[in-house]
Amino acid sequence: MTICIPLGVPVPHFGNLGAKSFTNNLSGHFCTQHYESPCLSFNRHEVMKWNGWGYSDSRFLFNKKGQAEFTGKRYKLSGMILPALKDWFEGTFGASLQHKSPATPLLNTSAVQAPTLNQDFVEELKSIGVPFSHEAEDRAFRGHGHCLHEIFALREGKIGRVPDMVVWPNCHNDVEKIVALACKHNVCLIPYGGGTSVSSALECPPEETRSIVSLDTSQMNRILWIDEKNLTAHVEAGIIGQDLERLLNESGYCTGHEPDSMEFSSLGGWVSTRASGMKKNIYGNIEDLVVHIKMVTPQGVIEKSCQGPRMSTGPDIHHFILGSEGTLGVVTEVTMKIRPVPEYQKYGSVVFPNFEQGVACLREVAKQRCAPASIRLMDNEQFMFGHALKPQVSSIFTSFLDGLKKFYITKFKGFDPSRLCVATLLFEGNREKVLQHEKQVYDIAAKFGGLAAGEDNGQRGYMLTFVIAYLRDLGMDYYVIAESFETSVPWDRVLDVCRNVKARVVRECKDKGVQFSPLSSCRVTQTYDAGACVYFYFAFNYRGLSDPVHVYEQVEHAAREEILANGGSLSHHHGVGKLRKEWMRETVSEVGVGMLQSVKDYVDPKNIFGNRNLL
Amino acid sequence: MLKKRDDFEDILEERRNSSDLRYALKCYTPVLYKQLTPCTASDLKNMVLCSTQVHFVIAQVSKETGAAPEEVQAEASSILEEMAHRLQLGPIRFFAFVLCKVFKTLFRSVCVNEEGIQRLQQSIHEHPVVLLPSHRSYMDFLLMSYILYTYDLALPVIAAGMDFMGMKILGEMLRMSGAFFIRRSFGGDKLYWAVFSEYVRTMLKTGFAPVEFFLEGTRSRTSKSLTPKLGLLNIVMEPFLKGEVFDVALVPVSISYERILEESLYARELLGVPKPKESTSGLFKARKVLSENYGSIHVYFGQPVSVRSLAEGRVQRGQFNLIPRHIPRRPSEDVQGFVNDSAYQLLRAQEENMVLKPWVLLSSLLLRGGGMMMEELSEGAVWLRELCRQYGAFLHWPETRFNFKQSPDALTLNTGAQKGAGLTAEEELLSQAVIILSCASYRNQALHVFVRPALLATALQAAGSAHKQDVFNTFNFLRNMFANEFILCPGAAVQDFEEACFLLMKTGVVLMEQEEVLVTENGHRTITFLTSILDPFLQGYQVVCRFLCEASTESLTEAQFVPAVRTFIVRLLLSGLSFKHFSCFQTHSHCVCVCVCVCVCCRATKIL
Repeated sequence: MTICIPLGVPVPHFGNLGAKSFTNNLSGHFCTQHYESPCLSFNRHEVMKWNGWGYSDSRFLFNKKGQAEFTGKRYKLSGMILPALKDWFEGTFGASLQHKSPATPLLNTSAVQAPTLNQDFVEELKSIGVPFSHEAEDRAFRGHGHCLHEIFALREGKIGRVPDMVVWPNCHNDVEKIVALACKHNVCLIPYGGGTSVSSALECPPEETRSIVSLDTSQMNRILWIDEKNLTAHVEAGIIGQDLERLLNESGYCTGHEPDSMEFSSLGGWVSTRASGMKKNIYGNIEDLVVHIKMVTPQGVIEKSCQGPRMSTGPDIHHFILGSEGTLGVVTEVTMKIRPVPEYQKYGSVVFPNFEQGVACLREVAKQRCAPASIRLMDNEQFMFGHALKPQVSSIFTSFLDGLKKFYITKFKGFDPSRLCVATLLFEGNREKVLQHEKQVYDIAAKFGGLAAGEDNGQRGYMLTFVIAYLRDLGMDYYVIAESFETSVPWDRVLDVCRNVKARVVRECKDKGVQFSPLSSCRVTQTYDAGACVYFYFAFNYRGLSDPVHVYEQVEHAAREEILANGGSLSHHHGVGKLRKEWMRETVSEVGVGMLQSVKDYVDPKNIFGNRNLL
Repeated sequence: MLKKRDDFEDILEERRNSSDLRYALKCYTPVLYKQLTPCTASDLKNMVLCSTQVHFVIAQVSKETGAAPEEVQAEASSILEEMAHRLQLGPIRFFAFVLCKVFKTLFRSVCVNEEGIQRLQQSIHEHPVVLLPSHRSYMDFLLMSYILYTYDLALPVIAAGMDFMGMKILGEMLRMSGAFFIRRSFGGDKLYWAVFSEYVRTMLKTGFAPVEFFLEGTRSRTSKSLTPKLGLLNIVMEPFLKGEVFDVALVPVSISYERILEESLYARELLGVPKPKESTSGLFKARKVLSENYGSIHVYFGQPVSVRSLAEGRVQRGQFNLIPRHIPRRPSEDVQGFVNDSAYQLLRAQEENMVLKPWVLLSSLLLRGGGMMMEELSEGAVWLRELCRQYGAFLHWPETRFNFKQSPDALTLNTGAQKGAGLTAEEELLSQAVIILSCASYRNQALHVFVRPALLATALQAAGSAHKQDVFNTFNFLRNMFANEFILCPGAAVQDFEEACFLLMKTGVVLMEQEEVLVTENGHRTITFLTSILDPFLQGYQVVCRFLCEASTESLTEAQFVPAVRTFIVRLLLSGLSFKHFSCFQTHSHCVCVCVCVCVCCRATKIL
C-alpha cells in the first residue's frame, strides 16, 4: 500500500500511547494475551479480512477429520475443536461438507473501477498535508459494510461503486479543512469509522457522479482528557470500542458501552447510528452516555457551549446528530460519561421450560427494575445452536456432569428439549450487591419455572455474540447464507412479534423456492420499562437457487414488513441506512421526514455528505 | 371450466359392515395444533375471565352503571357459564353411536372427500382452524362432528343459537359435545359481547379446538345461500389482524343433501306457519322422519383459506399499533370491507363445491311451468346437465340411465300433492304452494351456477340495446337489486359481468362484436332457460312493489310487513290473478323483505 504523505507532515503514529497488553478484566471474550497494534489504522485490511468478518487469522473451518475448529489466538474459543458443530450444521441446514462454495481468495484490483478524481481537490488536499490514498485495496475496503449482500458480492469478487479516494484526518482541525475543501470543490464525503454497518450505509450511491471521498476517522483515536471529578472523558470519535475500553481500564475506568461489534466499531459510528450496548441496563445507551458532541458540518462546527448534564434549551441538538448516519457531517470529538471499573462480575444462566415463560420472566424483571447489566433470552433454536458450539471437553468428569444436568432438566423437571430456552445473565458491581442482585433475579425466574443453569452456559451465550459473525463466513463456504436483524417492541407484543416473524421467514423461504428448511431464530436482548429489543437470525442453504441474494433480500424485506405490521420498530440500534429507507415515511410520518429533510437542507445544502442514508 | 375436484368416499359403508359400538368406543387420538397449550374447558373459562379484554370491559361497565366491579364480574361469569361448552369424549361417543344408527336409517350414503380431510388435518396441525359449513339443516353440526370423529380429527367447538339450550337433556348433551350457546341478539350489551368474543378468540388462539360456525347465521329455508353474517367472522379474524396468531385457516365446507329433513317444514315456515320451538319432545315427535328415505349426503371439505393471504395488501395491520389491543374498538372501515368481502368469497367457495343431484336440474325444468312429457323432460335434463357442466357445476349423476321414479324427492312431491283434498280454497292453495316451494328449493340449489349468466341473459332482453355498455348497465341494475338475494360479492360487478360474458360466449350463446353483445341462433334456448331462472324472483319483487303502491297505506313495522305481503299475495292468487307459477310468492316473502325492508321501506317511512 502506498499512502501519499505530503512533505512536512509527520507520519501518523500507529499504536498510540504505547499500550501493548490487553487486560480486559471485564469481557473474557477476547484474548488476554499479547495484543497487537491497538489501532486498526492505515493497514486495517492487512489484519482484517477483506471479504468477511473480523481478523484474518480468526476463522471457523472444518478440518480434515471433518471437525469444526476456530483458528487464531485471539478469542477464548481460538484453537478449540467444536465436535458438535458439524452435525448441527448438516442437520439444521441440510448442508454437506462435500458441497463447498469457496470465496475468491484475493481481491482482483482490476475489478475495481478507476477512481474519478477531482484534481483541484486533490491538489489542495496535498497542500494541507492530510494523508490520502487512491489505491484499489484501500478504496474497496471502505466501500462496504457487513450486510449479507455486500459480503456475498465480495466473495464472488464483484466490486460495485467504491469511494474514489480515502483520506485520513488526524484531528478535528484536519476534518474542518477537508470538509471546507469538499464544499469548495463539490466533492462527496462519506465518513468511515469501523466499517461494521449492517444497513448498507457505507455503500456508495451508484447515481453519484461527483468524486466520492471516504473520510476514514481511524487516526483520530486518542483519549484527549479524563475528568475524574465529573467522571467524563473527552475522546476523539475515531477510536475503536475495544481500544477505548482498554485505555480507560488502564486508568481504572470504563464507559460500559459494549455493543456486539465493539471489537471493530468506532465511537463516531455509535453516535451517528444511535448504538446500544449490551450492558445498557447499568450504563445506558449511547444517547445516555454522551455529554457533549462536536461535529463538523458544511455549515461549520456544531457543539454545545457547556457540559451541563441536562439542558432545557429547545430540542436537544444532540438528537440531530445522534442517528444522522453521516448525512450531516463528521463527528470528531465526544465527551462521554465514564465509570470506575466494577470490582466484581458474574455470569449466570436460567433455563425455562418454554419461550413464553422466559419472556414473562424478563417482563417481570423489567417491571421490578432489577435487570442485571445484561439479560438475554435465547429461543430453543439458539439454545441448540449454542450447544453445538460447546468445545471438546477434556475430562470425563465434565461430560458426566453435563449428562447429569441434562438428565435433571429434561427427565426430572420434565422440560421438553425441543421447547426449553435459556436466559443468559451478566451481573456487575460490588461483590455483595451482585450476589444479592443475583438472588433477586433467580427468585423471580423461579416463579416462572426457571432453573439456574450455571455460569458456563451464561458465558458461552455471550461468547456466541462475538463469534456469530465469524460463523456466517463458515456457512458461506458451504452454501449457507445468514443474516440478523433487530427491532424494538412493546412488552405485550414481544411474543407475537417473535412467533410471527419467525414463521414469516419460514413461509417466505418456502414460497421463494428455498429447498431446505431455514433456521429462523430469535432472542430478546434488551429490556426496557415499556418493551424489549428482539434480535432475529435467519439462515438457509441456498443450493439450487439461481439468485440466492435476491431471495434472501425478499425474505428479509418480508420479515421487516411483518415486524412493522406487528407493532415493532424499524430498528432498535442498527439504523436505517439505505436498506430500510423505504419505511422511513411510515415510521416517522410525513411531517417527521419533512423536519429531518429541512435540517439536512440547511446544514448540507450541496449534499456534500452524500451517502444518501436515512431520507 | 371443469374444475378439479376430489373424489368421495362413503363413510356409512363401513358402518354397515362393522360394529357401531366398537366404532363409538374406538381409540381416538386426533392430530392437534402444534403450538397447543393443553387446557381443559374450565381452564378456558378462567383464561377468559382473567383476560385484560374482559377486565377492561368489566371496569368500564361498572363505571357506567355504578354497579360494583364484583357484581359485574359475577355477571360476566354467569354469562360465560351460560355460554361455555363442556367438550367431553363420553357424550361424543354416545352421539357417535346414536348417529350411526340414525344415519344408516335415514341416508343411503354419507360421502366425504378424503383429500379434503387430509388437508384439514394438515391445517389443524399448522394453524388455528375455523370450520365454515353451509347451513341447510339441524343435521349440519351433528354431521360435521360425526365426520371429524370418524376421521380422528380434532372435534370442533360450535357456535349454536340459544334455542337449543332450552332443550332438556339434549341441550346439555350438545354442550358436552362441543356446542357453545350464544344469544340471538345482544345489541348493546357490551359485557356480553366482550365475554363472548373473548371466549371465541381464546379458543382459537390457544388452538383448543377448531371453531365452527355458520356464516349464514341461520338455516337457509330456501336452499340458496343466505347473505353472510359478519359478527363471528370478525371475531375469528381479529387474532390474526392484531398479530396474536401467525395465521388462521378458514375451511369452507359444503354439505349437500339430496333431500333435507326439514323440507316441508321450511315450506310451511315460508308460508307463515311459525317455526316449531326447539325442544326435546318436539324432536321425539319428529321421529317419524326416520321412516323416510333421505337419499345421500355429500360433504366436501374445501381448500383451507389463509386469512393471512386474504388480508395481504388489503388490511394495514399496523393500524392496531397505537392503541392497546385489549381495548375494544369498532373495526375500521377497511377491516369491515375486508371481512365482508372475505365472507362473500367464502360463501362462494361453499357454493362452488355443493353437489347437484339430478332432481335439482329436473326441478329447474319443471318449475318453468306447463305440463311436460317424460321424454321431453329427460331430453331437457341431458341438455341442462351439459350446460351445468360447462358452467363448472359439481354434478353427481348416477352412472346408470337416470330413472327419476326412484328418486326419493319425486315421491315427496306426489305424496304432498295428494293431501290437498277437502280443504278450503285458501288452505288448498297453501298446500299446493308447499309443493311448489319444496320444488323451488331444489331448483335453488343450482342458482349459484346460473345466477351470473341469468342476470346477463335477462339484461340482454331488458336492455333494449345490444351495446355492451347498455347491457352492462342493466346487468348492474339487476345485480344491485338482487344483491341480498344471491351471493354476489359487493363491488365485483365488472368481474361478474365478465364472468357471465365468458360463460355465455364459451357455450356459443352470445357473440361479442365491436362492443355489441349479440345472441346467436343456437343460443335462444339457453337464454330462455336462463331468464326463466330469474323470472320468479323478478315477479316476486314486482308483487312486493305492487303491494307497496296499492295496498300499504300506512307505514308498517318490519314484523307486520312480511305477513301483510303474504296475505296480499294470497289475495291476488285467489282472485284469479294467476301468476305463471306459484313459486314467485314463496321465496320472496322471506327474501324480498330483506331487500325491500332495507331499501324501500326506509325510504317510504321517510316520505310518509
